[in-house]
Amino acid sequence: MDQPSHFKLKNNYPAGGVREIPISGYDDFYSFVTDGLKDEARHCLAYYGIKTQDSLKLYCFLADDPSGNIEVAAYETGTLNPVLRSAADLFPQLSVFEREINENFGVVFEGHPWMKGVRFPHNRRDKSKTMENYPFYGIESEELHEVGVGPVHAGVIEPGHFRFICNGEKVLHLEIQLGYQHRGTEDLFLSKNTPLQRCILAESIAGDTAVGHSLAHTQLIESLTGLEPGEALQIERCVALEMERIAVHIGDTAALCGDVAYQLGQVVCEAIRTRVINTTQLWCGNRFGKGLIRSGGSNFPLSEETAAEIIKMTDFVDRQFSGITECIYSSPSVLARFEDIGTVTGTQARQIGAVGIAARTCGMARDVRKTHPFQYFRNFAVNPAILETGDVLARGMIRKLEVRESLRIIRELLEVWAGKDKDTGKPDYSYKLKPGAFSVSVVEGWRGEIVHSCETDAKGNLVHYKVKDPSVHNWMALALAVRSQEISDFPVCNKSFNLSYCGHDL
Amino acid sequence: MIRELAILARHGHQSVKDLRTQPVSPLFRGRPVIAEGITTRDIREAAAVCPVSAINNDSGAIDLGRCLFCGECSFLKPGAIKFTNDYRIAVNDRGGLIVKPGADARIRLDETKVRKEIRELFRGSLKLRQVSAGGDNSCEMELGASGNVNFDMGRFGIEFVASPRHADGIVITGPFTANMAEALRLTYDAVPFPKIIVLAGTDAISGGIFNGSPALDRSFLNNHPVDLYVPGNPAHPLTFINGLMDLLGIR
Repeated sequence: MDQPSHFKLKNNYPAGGVREIPISGYDDFYSFVTDGLKDEARHCLAYYGIKTQDSLKLYCFLADDPSGNIEVAAYETGTLNPVLRSAADLFPQLSVFEREINENFGVVFEGHPWMKGVRFPHNRRDKSKTMENYPFYGIESEELHEVGVGPVHAGVIEPGHFRFICNGEKVLHLEIQLGYQHRGTEDLFLSKNTPLQRCILAESIAGDTAVGHSLAHTQLIESLTGLEPGEALQIERCVALEMERIAVHIGDTAALCGDVAYQLGQVVCEAIRTRVINTTQLWCGNRFGKGLIRSGGSNFPLSEETAAEIIKMTDFVDRQFSGITECIYSSPSVLARFEDIGTVTGTQARQIGAVGIAARTCGMARDVRKTHPFQYFRNFAVNPAILETGDVLARGMIRKLEVRESLRIIRELLEVWAGKDKDTGKPDYSYKLKPGAFSVSVVEGWRGEIVHSCETDAKGNLVHYKVKDPSVHNWMALALAVRSQEISDFPVCNKSFNLSYCGHDL
Repeated sequence: MIRELAILARHGHQSVKDLRTQPVSPLFRGRPVIAEGITTRDIREAAAVCPVSAINNDSGAIDLGRCLFCGECSFLKPGAIKFTNDYRIAVNDRGGLIVKPGADARIRLDETKVRKEIRELFRGSLKLRQVSAGGDNSCEMELGASGNVNFDMGRFGIEFVASPRHADGIVITGPFTANMAEALRLTYDAVPFPKIIVLAGTDAISGGIFNGSPALDRSFLNNHPVDLYVPGNPAHPLTFINGLMDLLGIR
């Protein structure tokens, strides 16, 4: 090959120029993707289209874990109605991305096994496809029946529709229809274009991941402006991210206990979570960390007193959570409901490109904090917990292990922080973005990898903003997990993943 | 068993004793106070920084139905705008969410506008169905927390139920996505009369940062009267529960 088929960059490093991404023919683009993914150390971070006047540009980002590189290739269709060969039949992890490109722009992917809408966005190409006429998979049979659940669920959670095909109590197939939460978020990054509005949009992508998403956004902006966070601020951001992880993992443990009627576990974990999020509120005035992460600086630089409260909180969590998880994971009545339930195999997880805890409970060492480090994680070693069994028990247990690791991270980072210069300034709301540039920012949120990427025009205006929540990959893991399970095990399977609806629907 | 008892002993008594006066951490942003003598220039500059146009460019009043409580106006004009800890900011009248310069009294529900049957029928028992119409899950989690071991709104007979058929009203979160419009209508229709509507969170009250997005459909509000507006980003459990207590006439 004469010229390289792709461009390499690092997570959250100074942005590349758009022209540095070589534009390949589709054959080269296709082989970049398919040859790349043959190596299991790579997976697809993001794959999306940008519409120009009379053409589409497709970008595919692959993460190469051993080298820490992100590889990006581009293809320009030259027409608004292209017919392309699908790569999803070989690599199911690409399926959702090809579906999205089809839904947004009408690109036909020949050979795609499951071409359906993803989220029914307001600006989709084909308005005749609606939420109401979603083409559910069906099986004609006298013995089988279908069960529809949602969009409005029994609990206080977000909407999504679950369609089960069952044989008696046994689930043969689950199809998940999403899109109910679609708010047009990506477009709003272009139309609500003050820096503060963008920060607030980012923390509203998924309110349970306010820190994760706003950090991904902030990194992206900083890489496009040359704003360089000081080391103290980087550490504070990492601490906030780990506090978010701890809070949600403990809350999820409470919910898992609630689903199997283990009340002690539920109420004790609820109280521990309250302490964690109230500490976040002490720091920044908001229990979810909204307002804490801003580009270029912070409105709430950490004080010695708050740091001391965070340490006290970690001691409290350490004592209480390790005590209650010992009870939870040694209780026969709990274990009977978790063990060998909702199993996702390692092969399935690799095929669908699972990320975050869904991957790490299937033996995959996929953690952006380690493989594509960001902020102070570039100087600080994280030891991700890896489990093998891929069942509800593993997804519960990994929360216990990750809480323990996050407590260690917070304590050790705060020790390092104490010796750093505290030179954090106010947020920068007057930045100018580098013209003709693109960048990609990846953060390991508590669910898994969050990817934000964007492109600017010759004047430095945003022309495209793309968000990928880890749920985009992991919803398929839930659908696979419930196969051959009792339908009554669905709630506990669902809680064990706790995926985002709004993060998916955008 | 001994291990479990030890955990329970350490767990202790967790529920907030007085939901009316429970202190929150100093940085929590509740009801704002705008200085009576705020200058026109300060108003303009604060309004310019507001991400959701919650500050009236002329009067300087802040609309809590739009405010995201990001606090940026108070960081910019610390002498003129302050956010207090007061979380009792839910009202039944949309106009009651406008805080004018100089006002520093507690925001109160308009007693004359509370429907008689609400207090007669629901004061001892109020069952609610929650509908998220584009909510970002933070409001949903705070509503869930309202019933948890700490806030325990169940002490007043208030709880979330699984079916709209069992409910006395709906609590809507999120900016009202178009893709949820039909499901929202169906859920509301399935609740038997008499029923109430509560909007929880700024996104629900005004669309919040999503206001103006073409992916929204807020037409539900054109012909459905709202009984309680609970501001916040997200609405704090104490704001939500205090609002319901005021609506139901619980002291």
